[in-house]
Parts: sequence; structure tokens; C-alpha cells
Amino acid sequence: MDLANILIQLLNSVQYGLLLFLLAAGLTLIFGIMGVVNLAHGSFYMLGAYLAYSLTNTWGNLALAVVVGTLISVTIGWLLEKLLFKHFYHRSHLDQVLLTFGLIYLFEELRSMLWGDDVHSVAVPAVLDWSIHLTDTLSYPAYRLFMLVVCSALALGLWLLISQTKLGMKIRAGAFNSDMAQAMGVNIVRLHSLVFAMGVALATLGGMLIAPLSSVYPYMGSQVLIMCFVVVVIGGIGSVRGALIAALLVGLVDTFGKVLLPQFASMLVYVLMALVLLLKPEGLFKQ
Amino acid sequence: MSTPQAHMETLPRSVQALLSIGLMALLAFPFAGQDFYTQMVTRMMILAIFSMSLDLLQGITGLVSLGHAAYFGLAGYVLAFLSPADTGASWAISLPLAILGAALVALVIGCLVVRTHGIYFIMVTMAFSQMVYFLFFDNKGLGGSDGLYINVRPVALGLDMENKQVLYYFTLVCLVLVYVFLRRLLVSPFGRTLNGIRLNEHRTQALGYDSFSYKLTAFTLAGALAGLAGYLWAAQSGYVNPELMGFHMSAHAIMMVILGGMGNVAGALVGAFGFELFMHVFKDLPQVGGFDLGKHWQLWMGLLIVLVVVIAPQGLMGLLRPGSRAK
Repeated sequence: MDLANILIQLLNSVQYGLLLFLLAAGLTLIFGIMGVVNLAHGSFYMLGAYLAYSLTNTWGNLALAVVVGTLISVTIGWLLEKLLFKHFYHRSHLDQVLLTFGLIYLFEELRSMLWGDDVHSVAVPAVLDWSIHLTDTLSYPAYRLFMLVVCSALALGLWLLISQTKLGMKIRAGAFNSDMAQAMGVNIVRLHSLVFAMGVALATLGGMLIAPLSSVYPYMGSQVLIMCFVVVVIGGIGSVRGALIAALLVGLVDTFGKVLLPQFASMLVYVLMALVLLLKPEGLFKQ
Repeated sequence: MSTPQAHMETLPRSVQALLSIGLMALLAFPFAGQDFYTQMVTRMMILAIFSMSLDLLQGITGLVSLGHAAYFGLAGYVLAFLSPADTGASWAISLPLAILGAALVALVIGCLVVRTHGIYFIMVTMAFSQMVYFLFFDNKGLGGSDGLYINVRPVALGLDMENKQVLYYFTLVCLVLVYVFLRRLLVSPFGRTLNGIRLNEHRTQALGYDSFSYKLTAFTLAGALAGLAGYLWAAQSGYVNPELMGFHMSAHAIMMVILGGMGNVAGALVGAFGFELFMHVFKDLPQVGGFDLGKHWQLWMGLLIVLVVVIAPQGLMGLLRPGSRAK
């Protein structure tokens, strides 16, 4: 592998890692603060991709689609939390696994009713439809770079929000000890709604951004969901910083694994997870 | 929840009656039904074995495994590897080997996973089953994503599984044996210790029980029984693919156990039949005003699952039990 190739793979792995982070950040917070195992989180990612598909088809503008799509998804997330998830915060993990698995069925079927079972594609916005030439044969698409920048900005924003603001302090307090935070006067009910909606927004955003790169297809949430759980567990449940580091790690292992050891690449990530858990049973950055 | 009631060590009359009628119906069924239905019921019985094997972990020991399908699928692959292209493998040899294979892998994985607790256990079991899934999915030598065919079904001792009726009764015998075995296990000292671990692991340890080896034994045993189910599944369908070990199959098992009600084996059995029946009913729903209800069976299935969790967390058996209330 020459230098240009390594560079490309490195960019790809960081981009993949950051995408995973967008999903895993919400998942780890929902996990850490509300104690909910949400298998349906991947469905929000799929929802994002499908929203990007139909909204860009209507308006021909991805940026507008992203804004409107985020608003729609935040509303859906907020409603779901109020109507359903709220009642499951104190139920067993088993009940949560089951509920959210039932939701996967529901969402997939609704998707099939609304959009059908075909594979769709979303056009890369015209402004970003060019690539950077690295060598005579290798080039890197601008949209991927754009995504890298957007995801980094989102990750940075999230980090600032969590580490620097008062709201972030409440979120961290909630993840550390929900009951204690409540006793200290944090409105935990509102915090829950907020965190859930934020998690949904991040997941749909991820789905909308990836839509022009990957195709939009049924069950696209499942595989990515499992990856996100790996990220959350490696990073330590409830830790956003852990999720970021774990996501980048998983991105690296997966991308380079696919190049160097194609036959065992998909396994490697799970080997990584098993190793981490054997050495640190509660993940790298358990709060 | 005190223990004897929770596990229904003595099943309520209504359940006993239901099970006896069910057994008689199963014994008589092939004489009445067509081949198609015989195969459908065979499938249900296989899933019931799978579901009961998970109940040993989930309901009795309190270990929620999201990777139980790995052992189910592995045993199926063992049969596929042992089946010659033009004749049937001997089930007298391949069945024990498949069960042994599944048990061995469960033992190795179990050594690593039963140390973890709660949500981490769920995640680690999932991770290991994904590992196994991708090992088969990505390697052409192991069949790759398409899987492998079993051209001729197993045969031995005059019992040829190519014959649908033979396979049916073979599966029924296995089902009854597994059920009786697990029900006996439930009231044995071993089963009571597992139950103690579920209720309070620290206290059980304090009483002098080595909870690690108990959990490991349960995990291995559950893997072996899942292997039996997987072997029968492969023998019936005639092919294996990685999906048998996948995430959805593992979740399917959990749902069957929950639907019936966990911890008493009978619930897992009823749940498996219930789940499949619901699925077939939903698939056969008619068209109403241009809207094909049956085509969207997953919607009804999803709603059913959500409803069960919300309304009847103790499953169908919980509804049958007099005086039981949801937590």
C-alpha cells in the first residue's frame, strides 16, 4: 500500500468513525442517562436516509432537506419518548430489548408502506460533485471531505455542549447518577426528553449525510446499529468521550481490516470488543 | 416473586390440560394434515426446542443472551459439512457431533462471557455471535453469504429423514425429551441453584456455590440444546446460511420465550407455537379496501410484540396463571 492509498483509507476510516460517533453519541447518552437499550436507534438512521431521499427529490436541495428532515425527526423522537420510551426507563433490559425490537418491525414495515422495498440513491449536491486528485489514478471525492468536516464540526459542537455548558453539566450529572441529579434540582423529565430528541436528531442527521454516499435501502439501520452498540460498549456506557474514541478505533479497525484482511475484517471489530471487555469489563471510559 | 410460583414447579391445571391436548394433537397431526402443514408444524417444534434451550439461560438462570442463534446455526453447519453430496449423512453420527460442536463452542465462549453481568452480558453474547456470523459470511470455504446445501437428508437405523413423517416424529420425540429434561432440571438441586443465581448471585455465592461453573454449565447445556434444534432445522430445510446465526434469529428466540412467559420451560414451548401461529395468521390476513393486510404482517407482528411487553410482561402463561399480576 502506498502513501496516497494509506491517506485515502485513513480519511475513510475517520469519516466512518465520525459517522458511527453521531449515532453512538445519542445511543450512549440514552443508555447512560435513561438506562434504555434502544435497538430501534438504527431505524432513526434509516429514517434520515429515506427523508433525505424523498425531500431532495421534492426540492432538489440536500441542505434544505437536512434542515426540514431534522425538524421532522426531532418531533418524532420527542413524541416517541413521551408516549412510549418514558414508561420503560425502569423496566428490565429484557423488556427494553423486546420493545425496541418490536419497534424495528414496525418501522421497517412503515418504511415499506411509505417508500417501498427498492434501493434508492440520493444525488451528491452539485456544488460538491467533484474530486481532489491525489495521484494520476487516485482521487478523493469532495463530498466525503465535506462529510468529514461536517461530522467533525458536529462532534466538536457536541463536545462543547457537554463539557462547557450548563445543560452539558446536567447531562453529565444525569449520566453519572440520575437520582442524585434529580435530588439536586435537575428537571430530569425534561432532560430525558431533550436527550432522547437529541439522540434521534444525531442519528437521522447521520443517515441524511450518508445517503448520497451509500444507497438508501431497507434494513440499512440494522448493521449500523450493531456497530454502534460495539462502539458504546467499548467506549463505556454513558461516556461521550469514550464513544468518540471507540468510534474512531472501530472505524480504523474496520476500514484497514477490509483492505488488509478482507476475509476476517467484519470479525475484527468484534474481536476488538471482546478484547476490550476482557481487559476492562466496563469499557474504556466508564463514568 | 418467590421461587416455586415463579417457575411454576407444579403447572396450573389449565396449563397441564393445554399441554396434554397439545401433545395428543401433535401425535395425531400428520394423519390429518397435508404435507405442507406437517412441515410447518415440524418447523414450529424445532423452534420450540430452540426457545426452550434459551429459557434455560434467560428464564431460569437470568442470563439474557442476544447471541443464542450462533449455536443453533453452528450445529446446522456441522450437518452440512458432514453431508456427502450424493447420500445422506448418518444422523446417528452427525447429530451427536453437531450437538457436541455447538456445546464446545458454547463452552469456550461461555468461559469468557459468563463473567460479565447485565447489559454487558447481552452485548458480549451478541458480539461473539456476530463474530461467528461474519466468519461464515465472509469465507467462501465455509459457504460464504449463500450458505451450503444439504442435498440428501440424514438417514440411519432405518429412519430416513427424507420422509417428512419420519422427520416429524423424530422432532416430536426430541421435543418431548427436551421438555421433560428441562422440567426435571428445574426442580433438581442444579436447577434450584441456577434459580438462586438469577435471584441473587452474591447470596448464592455466599452460600458456597461456585456461581461461575453453574452459569458456565447452563450456558454450555443451552448451547448444546440449541444445537439439537439447529441440526433438525438444517435437516428439514436442506440448506444452511449465515442468517441462521444472525442477530434476528437470536432476537426471534428471545421473543418466543417472552411471548410464552419465561422461567418455566412450558412458557417457552407455548411461546414458540404462539409466535409462529400469529405469524401465519398475520400473513394470511385478507385484503381490505385495496390495502393488503397480510403483506404487512411485520407491522402486526411488531404491534403484537410491543403490546405483549406493555400489557403482559409475563407472557401468555402469565395470563393463564390465576392471581398473577404484572410487576
